[in-house]
Amino acid sequence: MMYFSRLKTALVLGACLLGALLCLPNAFTAPVSWLPWHSIHLGLDLRGGSYLLLEVDMASVIKERLDSVADASRTALRTAKIDRYVVTPDAANKRIMVRLADASQIDAARAAIAPLGVNANNLNDFDYTADGSTLTATLSLPGLKERATQAVVQSIEIVRRRIDETGVVDPLISRQGDSRIIVQLPGVEDPNRIKQLLGKTARMTFRLTDETANTAAPVAPPGVDFLPLENTAGQKIAVRRRVEVDGANLTDARAGQNSQNGEWVVNFTFDSIGTRRFADVSTKNVGHAFAIVLDDKVISAPVIREPITAGRGQISGRFDAASATDLSVLLRAGALPAPLTVVEERSVGPELGADSIKAGAIALAAGLFFVMAYMGVFYGLFGWFANIALMFNLILMMAILSLFEATLTLPGMAGILLTLGMAVDANILINERIREEQSHGRTALSSMEHGFQRAFATIVDSNATAFLAHVMLFFFGAGPVRGFAVTITVGIVTSLFTATMLTRLFMVRWFIKRRPQVLPV
Amino acid sequence: MFLRPAFRLVKDGTSFHFMRGRFAGVILSAIISSISVVLFFTPGLNYGIDFKGGIVMEVRTPAPADFNAIRAALTSAGLHEPQVQRFGTEQDVAIHLEAQPTEAGTQQVVAKVRDALDKSQPGSKIMRTDAVGASVSAELFEDGMLALGLSLLMILLYIWFRFEWQFAVGAVVTLILDVTKAIGFLALTRFDFDLVMVGAILTVIGYSTNDKVVVYDRMRENLRKYKSMPLRELIDLSINETLNRTLGTSMTLFLASLPLALFGGSSLSGFAWTMLFGIVVGTASSIFIAAPILLFLGEKQLRREAQPVANKTA
Repeated sequence: MMYFSRLKTALVLGACLLGALLCLPNAFTAPVSWLPWHSIHLGLDLRGGSYLLLEVDMASVIKERLDSVADASRTALRTAKIDRYVVTPDAANKRIMVRLADASQIDAARAAIAPLGVNANNLNDFDYTADGSTLTATLSLPGLKERATQAVVQSIEIVRRRIDETGVVDPLISRQGDSRIIVQLPGVEDPNRIKQLLGKTARMTFRLTDETANTAAPVAPPGVDFLPLENTAGQKIAVRRRVEVDGANLTDARAGQNSQNGEWVVNFTFDSIGTRRFADVSTKNVGHAFAIVLDDKVISAPVIREPITAGRGQISGRFDAASATDLSVLLRAGALPAPLTVVEERSVGPELGADSIKAGAIALAAGLFFVMAYMGVFYGLFGWFANIALMFNLILMMAILSLFEATLTLPGMAGILLTLGMAVDANILINERIREEQSHGRTALSSMEHGFQRAFATIVDSNATAFLAHVMLFFFGAGPVRGFAVTITVGIVTSLFTATMLTRLFMVRWFIKRRPQVLPV
Repeated sequence: MFLRPAFRLVKDGTSFHFMRGRFAGVILSAIISSISVVLFFTPGLNYGIDFKGGIVMEVRTPAPADFNAIRAALTSAGLHEPQVQRFGTEQDVAIHLEAQPTEAGTQQVVAKVRDALDKSQPGSKIMRTDAVGASVSAELFEDGMLALGLSLLMILLYIWFRFEWQFAVGAVVTLILDVTKAIGFLALTRFDFDLVMVGAILTVIGYSTNDKVVVYDRMRENLRKYKSMPLRELIDLSINETLNRTLGTSMTLFLASLPLALFGGSSLSGFAWTMLFGIVVGTASSIFIAAPILLFLGEKQLRREAQPVANKTA
C-alpha cells in the first residue's frame, strides 16, 4: 500500500500535470489551430441568454396529415370510378371515414386509397378496417410516431434557418422528447423578436379569390374560405381552398422599397415549378384577383393585370421596414410543418449572469479557504497534504469538465463547492484512522499503511451512495440542476483519486525523506 | 500549525454514553418529523415555478423602485394579481404571476409585463425572465420526484448489498426521518421548492447516508473484534471512535456551504440553507437515530449475522 514504484509516481504526477494542461483552454485561446482545445461552456444563467422550450403542435400535424390524405383519397376514389362516396377526416379520433353508397365496392375503394398512407420508409401510416359500406383508415401508433418525428426534425431545420437569419451567434437547437425543441440563445437578453419569428408557421400560399361569394354570409360556399385581411380589422376575403402555388416553391425573398411610392414590400422569386404554375394561373386569370395568404390571413389580394411569366413578384401589404424584413426572413427559411408554442422560457440578462459568476466565485473562494483552514488547523501537516490534493481535485474536475465541454451553471458552481467540502472527508477518515492505529501502538509506517487500507473500503462505500444519488439526478433532472449533478459526480470520482492516491504519494515521499518515529496526527 | 494538529474536536478516549439518550433521541426525532409532515400539508411547500408553473421576472429600475406604480401598471395592463416584491437592492423588483391555463396564454402574459414595464418604468431593465407553462411544470415535478425516489431506492439497494439487512433498515428509517425534517424546514422557511432544491435534498441524503455508512462500518468491524462486548457498549464505542470524523466532515461540509448561503445570491441561498440544515440533522441522526435502531433490532440478530464473517477473517 505504501510503496510507490517510479512508474506509479510518474503516472500519478503525470495525471495531475495533464489535468493542469487540460485546464489551459479555459484561460487562453489556442496558440495553434491543430491542438485539441476544449473548454468549459458557461451556462446561460451565467453568461446571459435565453432558453426556449418549444412544443410542436401535434394535433395540427395530425389534422394536416388527415386532411391531405382525405383530399388525395377523394381524387383517388374518383379516378377509381367509385360511384358515390363521402370522405370525412376525423382528427379527434385520428382517422378518416369513407362512406360508400355501394358496399360491394369497398375492396376497390380500399385498394385505391391504401397507397396514399405509405410514408417515406415504405410503411403504411394507417390501419384500415371495413364495416359494411364504411371504410375507416386510422393512423397507427408507429404512423403517428413517424409523423411526429418528421414534424420535429423539419421544424428544427426551419427554426435553425430562421434563427440564423437574425444573426444570433452560436445558437444551440436540439430535440427533446417526442415533440419538443430546445433553443438556446447565448447573449440574447430579450427573446421577443425570436419568439415572434418562431411563433408563425409562415405557410404562404397563392390562391384565387371567389369574387361571386358574399363574405357577409354565415357559411362559406364549398371550396371557399372566408379569410381575414391582415392589418384591416373586420374585412374578410373569399379565397378558394385550392392552392395554386405554394410558398415552398420560393427560392428567394427580400425586403425592399417600391421605387414608385417608397412603400415597404417583399420581392420574391419562384423556382422553376413555381414559375411555370404561376405563369399558367396568371395567364388564365387576367383581370381577376388572387390572394397571397400567410397562415390563414390574406396579406394582399391584388388584381392580375397581365400574365406574370418571369417568376418574380412583389408582395405589398402595408409593411414597415421591420415587418417586411421579418416576412422575408420567414419566406426564405420556409414554413414550419406545424405551429410551435413556447412552453418554457428562461432568459437572463448578462449583468445578472455576471453578478452570479461573481457571487459564485466569492462563495467558492471563501468555502475553499474555510475548508483548507480547517484541515490545516485540525490535521497539521497531513491536513496540508490534503489541501494540496484538494487544489488538484479542483484542477482535475475542471480538466474533465473542459474535456467534455460540459456546461457550467450556477448550481454547478454550488456542486463544485460541495464536492470540495466532501472530498476532504476521505482525508479526514484516513487521518483519523492513522491516528487511531498509531495510538494502538503501531509504528509510524505500519500506522500509515493500515490507516489507508482500512479507510479505503469506507471511503468507497460512503462515496458510492452519494455518486448513485447524483447520477439519478442527472438522468431525471432538467436544466441547470443537471449541471449540479454533473459537477458533483465528476468531483466524487476525481476526489477518490486525489484524496487517496495523491495524498498517499505526498505522505510517502515525506516519510522517506524524514523517517519520523511518530506521525504528527 | 503547519506540522502538528493545533486542535482536536473531541479528545481521545472520550466515551459519551449516547445509547442512554436513545429514547429521548428517537422520540424527539419522531416528534419533529411528525410536525414536519403536518407542515407539509398546512401550510405546505412553497412550490417554485419549476414545479407550479408561472412567471417570475426580475427587473432593475433606474431609480429606487416604486412598487405601487409597478403594481398599478401591471393591473391596468389586465394582469391578474401580480405580486411585486423587492429583492436585493431597492432598485431590484421581482414580479410573480400565476401560470395561465394554456401555454400561449402564459407567453402573452410575459409580453404584457414587458409592455407595461416599458411604458410605466422607462429605463428599467428586465434582468431575468422565467416562464414555465403548466404542462412542463407538471413534468418537471414528476421527474424531480422520480429522481428523489430512485435515489432513495439505489441507496437502499447499495446498503442492503454491502451490509446486513439490519443496517439497511436503520439507514432507510433514518433517511426518511431526515427527509421529512428537511421538508418541514422548507415548509417553515418558505424557500421555493424547485429542481435545485431537489438537488439539495439529494445531496443531504447522500451526505447523511455517507455518515451512517462510516458509523456502521465501524460497528461491523467492532462486532468482529469484540465478540463478547454487549451491543449497547459496542455501539457507544463505535460512535465515540468515529466521533472526530463524523463531526469533522460535517464541519468541512458546513464550512463549504456557509459562504454559499451568505454570498451565493438569491437563487442559491435557499439551496445552501437547506444544505446547512440537512448537515446538522444528518449528523445528529447518525448518532442518535441510526445507531439506536440497530440496538432495538437486537443483539442476537446482529451477532448471528456477523459471526460467520468474523470466523472467516479470524
